Amino acid sequence: MKRLYEKEGTQKLLASLLSIVIGLTVGAIVIVIVGLSKKNIGVTGVWDGIRIIYAGILSTGREAGKLTWGFNPQSLGNMLFRATPLIMTGLSVAIANKTGLFNIGAAGQYLMGTMATLMIALSIPAGTLPGWIIWLLSFFGGMLAGALWGAIPGLLKAFLNINEVLACIMTNWLAANIVTWGFDVSNFKNIVEGTKTGYVYKTTYGLTLVDGNWVYVDGNGIATSKMGLDLLFPGSQVNGGIVIAIVIAVLVYILLNKTTLGYELKACGANRHAARYAGINDKRNIVLSMAIAGALAAAGASLYWLSGNTEFYWTTYQALPAAGFNGISVALLAVNNPIGTVFTGIFMAMLNIVGQTLTGLTAYNEYITDVIISVIVYLSAFSLVIRMWLSGRKKKAAITPAAPVAQDAQKGGENA
Amino acid sequence: MTFLIQQTLLYAVPLMIVALAGVFAERSGIINLALEGIMIFGAFVGVLFVRLMQEFDVFTDAARNGDWLTLQGLELMAMIVSAALGAAFSLLLSFASIHLKADQTIGGTALNLMAPALVLFLVRILANQNTLQMQTGDAASWFMIKKTTLGFDKTADLGFLGETFLHKVYLATYLCIIIFVVLSILLYTTRFGLRLRSCGENPQAADSLGINVYRMRYAGTTISGALAGLGGFVYALTTTNCSANGDVAGFGFLALAVMIFGNWKPLNIAAASLLFGLFKCIAAAYSTLDINGDGVYKLAEIGISSHLYRMLPYLVTLVVLAFTSKKSRAPKAEGIPYDKGSR
Repeated sequence: MKRLYEKEGTQKLLASLLSIVIGLTVGAIVIVIVGLSKKNIGVTGVWDGIRIIYAGILSTGREAGKLTWGFNPQSLGNMLFRATPLIMTGLSVAIANKTGLFNIGAAGQYLMGTMATLMIALSIPAGTLPGWIIWLLSFFGGMLAGALWGAIPGLLKAFLNINEVLACIMTNWLAANIVTWGFDVSNFKNIVEGTKTGYVYKTTYGLTLVDGNWVYVDGNGIATSKMGLDLLFPGSQVNGGIVIAIVIAVLVYILLNKTTLGYELKACGANRHAARYAGINDKRNIVLSMAIAGALAAAGASLYWLSGNTEFYWTTYQALPAAGFNGISVALLAVNNPIGTVFTGIFMAMLNIVGQTLTGLTAYNEYITDVIISVIVYLSAFSLVIRMWLSGRKKKAAITPAAPVAQDAQKGGENA
Repeated sequence: MTFLIQQTLLYAVPLMIVALAGVFAERSGIINLALEGIMIFGAFVGVLFVRLMQEFDVFTDAARNGDWLTLQGLELMAMIVSAALGAAFSLLLSFASIHLKADQTIGGTALNLMAPALVLFLVRILANQNTLQMQTGDAASWFMIKKTTLGFDKTADLGFLGETFLHKVYLATYLCIIIFVVLSILLYTTRFGLRLRSCGENPQAADSLGINVYRMRYAGTTISGALAGLGGFVYALTTTNCSANGDVAGFGFLALAVMIFGNWKPLNIAAASLLFGLFKCIAAAYSTLDINGDGVYKLAEIGISSHLYRMLPYLVTLVVLAFTSKKSRAPKAEGIPYDKGSR
């Protein structure tokens, strides 16, 4: 038990958990302060708010004015659905961090994945190929687009020494404009449902030949298989995407820790010049690492948009998708461990759902959960201090018995 | 042409100031990724201050009577308040990075998450909607300097320079340019500036000469926070009509990019900001741009898609970087927490 406690991995985990607990407590304190300062929120309102902060995922609504608790399949299912892109973008940033690169371009890679996936899925006429082949083509097409887009900052950094943060920011905005341009000149804009020309079709729309014209008909397209999860969580948007995300996370863990390539990538991250001295091709590894990171972020986009119930607002040139930047928090909180990103991604999605529950059932608004997430990330920066504190308590206990032993040895030396 | 120059300045000046904020922090050795967050916070604080001050009759009367001196004073006070609170917000980053030796990228990202969350939370509670605006009137009617405010008649012709720089401008823009020049001179010709820069290059050497590295880094990051907060408010004032909605459209990250593009030097940063401002303005208004005043809208006739125009600033940056990045040198000791015991 003692040796488990002293392992570095355990201490990092404890530090993360401590940040989470303190973050939730800060959120509860903000709820109390706001509740006391606003007149329309009474003590019951504050108590409701605090309970939802800690256990909101289990809330099942209100009955006769009081909050009820229990297994809420819709909340849990939606939590898993929203966790999928977060886990993938978290993996993207985590693997780049392990190689010593800061992948702030996850948002741009996410967008390129979106464009490739939707364009492939919507341009294959329904019925020409089995649904699952179209799904696989779109998924891997998206990953390829993301890999190519992620390789651009990698190439610029490896061969031209351009700072990857700068290159990633530029490619983010280039991606946003390219995606908008691509959809603007395409015929994937939703013209079947009257007022939705700002959106691209859901992937459930398939291209079908009706009376000699190619039109989009709902129900003829593809959607990710539910894999039985909709029986566990009826009424939610969950599908097999979360299973795929977890499998990919495990694959990334195996890549980083059990393969030679992973070892080389980590070596380049630790010390690029030493790795080169050891014979590792550092330029190739930087490009490869960014390409893998891009593929992961784009895979997250694919899984989200192939689910069949999401519509893409294509005039995106003014704002970047939040999933790209939330991936940074997911990776940081998980200390760049691939398996950890699964848990952190699910945790962030849970806080997201809790925020919506808060807006729906109380007078507070959902931004309090964003405040909680930011405090947790802020505290995770102190993990070094927390770990030193955790290990310092053990070291103090070990030092005191050593002192009398030293004194005895001294006395023995004097006598002899 | 007048329109082109004015719009370029409006976009480039906040960009310059926030990029300079990044320079001050990074030159002292702290990576400041939180520029976006501090901008959002500064914008919110400035707009809130203006909104609160509008409750006092002094200012609403001044607006009605056209007493522009009082109104410019209000603008100045709002700028000072947003700078002060931006500095206070950046203390979270500096405390974590300097005292607790935390990872600076995490601290910066945390502030980037905290600012919009906090701002949107407070805006919802204060205004019950997602945007915080001035209570009465708007930025143009209250703070804009026009020919009439300077005493000229409405139809007077002030010549090219007069029309460009004295009509429909904001005092904030010119003040920011002056602050930029003064602080750049401070960074390069005073003892304080030299000591600040040395803390980012070789803090051990600076420490051996008796410079308090911790205090210098605090100073650098606090100035950085003040400038970023100021930049946020000037952005809100000139670009979003004095309203705060918890978002600055990636401006802080763009300023980070401009700082790296300018190789951490103020003159290059100013040039890069003007380049960006120019291209952004062209992208937004190319179809109505009359370059040489002969009534012909040349750019609209060429028929290049508007999407390509919007991509131009980023493409041009990457192309220029491809040629100039050999000499790119970040401050050597940035991002490494200073430990007195290490070599």
